[in-house]
Amino acid sequence: MTEPRSYYGQPVLKQPVWSWEIPIYFFTGGLGGASAGLAYLSELRGDDQLARRAWAAALAGLSVSPALLISDLGRPARFLNMLRMFKITSPMSVGSWILMVSGTTTAVAAAHSWLKLFPRLSTLARPAAALFGLPLSTYTAALIANTSVPAWHDARQLLPFVFGSGAGLSAGAACVLITPPEHATPARRLAIGAAVAELVLTEAMERRLGRQGRPYRQGAAARYGHVTRACLTAGAALLVTRGGRSRAAAAVAGTALLAGAASARWSVFKAGTESAADPEYVLGEQRERTGLIGAPGAPVPGRLVSERSPPAAPTRCRRPLRCRAAPSARASTGHLPSGR
Amino acid sequence: MKLPTHAWPQTYGDRAQPRRGFFTDTSICIGCKACEVACKEWNQVPMSIQGFTGHSYDNTRALGADTWRHVAFIEQKVAADARDGDDLVTVAKRNGALDAGLHTYQEGDGVRFLMASDVCKHCTDAACLEVCPTGALFRTEFGTVVVQEDVCNGCGYCVPACPFGVIDQRQDDGRVWKCTLCYDRLKDDQEPACAQACPTNSIQFGELSDLRARAEQRVEALQAAGQDKAQLYLHGDDDGISGAGAFFLLLDDPEVYGLPPDPVDPVRDLGSTWRAAGAAALALGAGLAAAVFGARR
Repeated sequence: MTEPRSYYGQPVLKQPVWSWEIPIYFFTGGLGGASAGLAYLSELRGDDQLARRAWAAALAGLSVSPALLISDLGRPARFLNMLRMFKITSPMSVGSWILMVSGTTTAVAAAHSWLKLFPRLSTLARPAAALFGLPLSTYTAALIANTSVPAWHDARQLLPFVFGSGAGLSAGAACVLITPPEHATPARRLAIGAAVAELVLTEAMERRLGRQGRPYRQGAAARYGHVTRACLTAGAALLVTRGGRSRAAAAVAGTALLAGAASARWSVFKAGTESAADPEYVLGEQRERTGLIGAPGAPVPGRLVSERSPPAAPTRCRRPLRCRAAPSARASTGHLPSGR
Repeated sequence: MKLPTHAWPQTYGDRAQPRRGFFTDTSICIGCKACEVACKEWNQVPMSIQGFTGHSYDNTRALGADTWRHVAFIEQKVAADARDGDDLVTVAKRNGALDAGLHTYQEGDGVRFLMASDVCKHCTDAACLEVCPTGALFRTEFGTVVVQEDVCNGCGYCVPACPFGVIDQRQDDGRVWKCTLCYDRLKDDQEPACAQACPTNSIQFGELSDLRARAEQRVEALQAAGQDKAQLYLHGDDDGISGAGAFFLLLDDPEVYGLPPDPVDPVRDLGSTWRAAGAAALALGAGLAAAVFGARR
């Protein structure tokens, strides 16, 4: 017989201090990065109508992104410190450099596409923007997976693919939204294919997480997940049936898919916050690893006085919304992580 | 010297000092909180009023940006007729208390107070330091981990990275703060404020190799005296953080004190994470190419 034990139900980990800018950046960064790739490939194919609009979408995404990131900093005036060093152990450092290269090359490429500026510089900038847009779309998953938050860290194998498909989805949907249907065939295909990939990969990731996937299936994360599934299903269906003929239908579908892509990033973000808030996600996994639970001869814990009655609600907290009584979430499944 | 880190002692050359740390022997902690007060005073840490928590004598709750030493208080019931070697569940079963659903103190029951002063662990594999994009977090010549407040830009990455939930952002300030192991005092050959203030020597400061030897003797003595669950926590190089600069002697399992039983530096898995991110980027490129070149006009 064992009992869940923690220190007054308090979190073991600190919850992420990132605010709304960060999940929105996951969306805009992916949108910008994948749009640059779509724009360059469309150019190669000679599809200038689509290419110009995709460059515009890329520039839009990559103009908003740094503003969001800087606004989230505790000391926004020190944003240039991000470029003090290049550090491979910090995906945020790597990502800052990727975003800087992506942003500048995309700006040059978009200026060339729309205003015929920088003809010589853009021959280098356009492929560079497309190339750097790809890691820009997936490094954010590596960033959050490289934390102690179980719902993120244990998802490290599939999360980058979820974010990558979300980026493709965003780029396709944005271009469907702003391009006449007769020019938007590649964007449509991208949006539909990526929507399917996003749905399938997210489901696979949550299943593979086992107990650590529970934060994705309850609370705010689950609500965003429902919105995502509804938007992606409806948007993709509309795009398949009427997207090639009706501009209005394409616009509605594109908007729904964009909303779904943004909502998917929010869901992942919220799941991480929830996962860090409940000590059982951290402790349960580690207890099993150390053999404190279930092993023959394992020490039997005594009963804590504090557990005799329901834990008193925290009276005051620096972040009131984040302080909550921990639900008694512990499954008895023998899920063991695959080691270090 | 044992326990080299990525940046220490190599990068310091001749200036490298023996690795310093804390050995916190919780078996002699009396819960006076002098360490909390001394730390606040010396480091000018702002107040951190948490209200009345009802968590025994602990109104500080946890380590954070404004709490660099935190004294935990755990009240455990000790049944009246506990005999040598009995665990509490056995005692409760004998009394029929489990079946009756009784969770109240019986006459003659005792309370065991566990008190422990928690602090930043100054890990050998320090996730906060490794993920810091600005280099604000660095390894000192003493092998400790310190935030440079004039460099930190408050990106917040170290906060969810720490497997112990130690470092946090100060809301009105925007930067992150944590124990510095009194870097300024160490430079002047002084011991950290908390260790100096501790009246029972529960907090011991010194060279890590000395502290480890001392801790081994102490835990053996406690176990010989009948404290079956006395254990050293983060003592050794083979755990998930390759050893800690601050380690503990506990009288019960770590999670009872709010400490993770098997903390692992998340950056250890970064290689496979980067590979997954790279593969996902390539897959995205392939998807884009398929959409553009696979489409019929």
